[in-house]
Amino acid sequence: MSIPLIETRNLKKYFDTPRGMLHAVDGVNISIQAGNTLGVVGESGCGKSTLGRTILQLIKPTSGEVLYNGQNIAGYNERQMASIRRDMQIIFQDPFSSLNPRMTVRDIIAEPIRVCKLCHGNAEIYERVNKLMDTVGLASRFENAYPHELDGGRRQRIGIARALAVEPKFIVCDEPVSALDVSIQAQILNLLMDLQSDMGLTYMFITHDLSVVKHISNEIAVMYLGQCVERVNSDRLFENPLHPYTKALLAAIPIPKLMPRKRGAGIIKGEVSNPIDPKPGCRFASRCPNASERCLSEELRLVEAEPGHFVACALYE
Amino acid sequence: MMSEPILKIENLHVIYKTDESTVYAVNGVDLELFSGETLGLVGETGAGKTTTALSIMRLLPDKIGKVVHGSITLEGTDVLTATEADMRLLRGSTVSMIFQDPMTSLNPTITVGNQIGEVLYLHRPGISHADIEAGVDNILEMVGIPAGRKNDYPHQFSGGMKQRIVIAIALACEPKLLLADEPTTALDVTIQAQVLEMMNELKDKLDTSMILITHDLGVVAQTCDKVAIMYAGEIVEYGTAEDVFNGKNKHPYTKGLFGSIPDFTKKAYRLSPIEGLMPDPTDLPAGCKFHDRCPYCMDICRTQNAPAIREGSHMIRCHLMAAGGKGEAWE
Repeated sequence: MSIPLIETRNLKKYFDTPRGMLHAVDGVNISIQAGNTLGVVGESGCGKSTLGRTILQLIKPTSGEVLYNGQNIAGYNERQMASIRRDMQIIFQDPFSSLNPRMTVRDIIAEPIRVCKLCHGNAEIYERVNKLMDTVGLASRFENAYPHELDGGRRQRIGIARALAVEPKFIVCDEPVSALDVSIQAQILNLLMDLQSDMGLTYMFITHDLSVVKHISNEIAVMYLGQCVERVNSDRLFENPLHPYTKALLAAIPIPKLMPRKRGAGIIKGEVSNPIDPKPGCRFASRCPNASERCLSEELRLVEAEPGHFVACALYE
Repeated sequence: MMSEPILKIENLHVIYKTDESTVYAVNGVDLELFSGETLGLVGETGAGKTTTALSIMRLLPDKIGKVVHGSITLEGTDVLTATEADMRLLRGSTVSMIFQDPMTSLNPTITVGNQIGEVLYLHRPGISHADIEAGVDNILEMVGIPAGRKNDYPHQFSGGMKQRIVIAIALACEPKLLLADEPTTALDVTIQAQVLEMMNELKDKLDTSMILITHDLGVVAQTCDKVAIMYAGEIVEYGTAEDVFNGKNKHPYTKGLFGSIPDFTKKAYRLSPIEGLMPDPTDLPAGCKFHDRCPYCMDICRTQNAPAIREGSHMIRCHLMAAGGKGEAWE
């Protein structure tokens, strides 16, 4: 097998808070082959955004390795990163706060081109901006508009054009559609998939919505409190979820079909526990219907329960 | 004898007027709700769902928001002509509302117990202090929060717990009608499932009718008896959940909404979204409001308002239905 484009090895990011160490990302191992999409799913506070940003070195990891094309970039300084930044971009969740309100659409998209000195002279730069706007489906009449004049879907297209401006290989999509209405959400998802097949992009797609992630991903990693609890190709995850948390997540999705209401079936009790100085053992144990003594004491590792299907749960060891 | 509906809205028109422009938020909405029913009001941002709910509560922003036409009757009271004093009695006891964002709808400086107690104090004249305390304990237990936490402040609770408290406040006086405006949108899926489950149980227990405002058809499928699909201030489709989810015909917009949802039980590699955007509510197009996004648009759609075509309990507002065009374009 070829070297994955992105790989993390035992990646950790702890935040020092007045109340103790917050374990945002705690020993995550993932890998993404070029041209594929890894979906990262979990509820708020599970560390999925921190993971994305740590991979891009927007947040420096506490320990562990981030391999880009087999080369460890964790601990690179700004100058060393500058050469790689072009290849790695991010699309943010909130199209309202991630765009500078005082810049026009054209300048927002032109900025990364200027920073990376990809084109020279305004004429060349703006020609490229126009091409990018065309690619993401923004009419050229918006080039002198400011972000506040546009709706959420169009703003998210600006964010996408900005990420594409430097011709990256890898894009972290951090909940790019969760702030949008369903009909617009579908437009943006289709756009992202088209761009991937046209340009051979590699995505890490972060979301809390399992049905979105199934649609776009080759492989899915389910996270719970900083740890990856299950990792498998996306079809298999839906056919045969193994981890009790994944099962609960699937059961909690409201399906837009009428069916006999099964009250209370599969709904898990309780809420996510505190990520500050977590107790040893499985972090899901306090909510898990199958928890045993062992779950409270032993650290669990991802094991291969069936070929290519990794799960961190005492049930499958 | 047919029982009287709890809520009856007829031909409601609401505008928001600012110096620069007039926003036509609700354009001729008719609704009826009977005791114990749950109605799902579905639509995207700006469809007029929240405006409809605020009109029922008569909480439209002062001076800007205005009901220009129509009537709202709630339990025999004409909401639009009632005095402010009467409305105050109605709000909280006959009708109450749950807002979308539990983080901002609670007062951060008052303990949650006092915030729930306030409703009882205001609507049960002469209630004793001990009874208020007992009432608060009871309601908190009902929404699944230990009564011992009533002296805590909102910031000490998680998002899901806060929404339970908001629901507790809304249900404190056992209202006849509950307006829930996207009650679970801000919550994680596992917490959303818990809260929806609890709301369903409480609704049955207290025999409350509910209007559930949401953009999530999945939530509707799990909780609602009737469904109204709103688009640009109009109800474009209305019927029982059975009609809307499994009916033979659908409004093109409803069809688009279903096509936009990634369905994880099916295999599909592309979604079929609705192209284009919602029309500008200050400048609505002539004819059917959906015509410029509609894949089945005909000439008549551009000029004439779509008629409401009824088939039993199912209403669809579309020229295609009127033309009897149930054939190839529909399937």
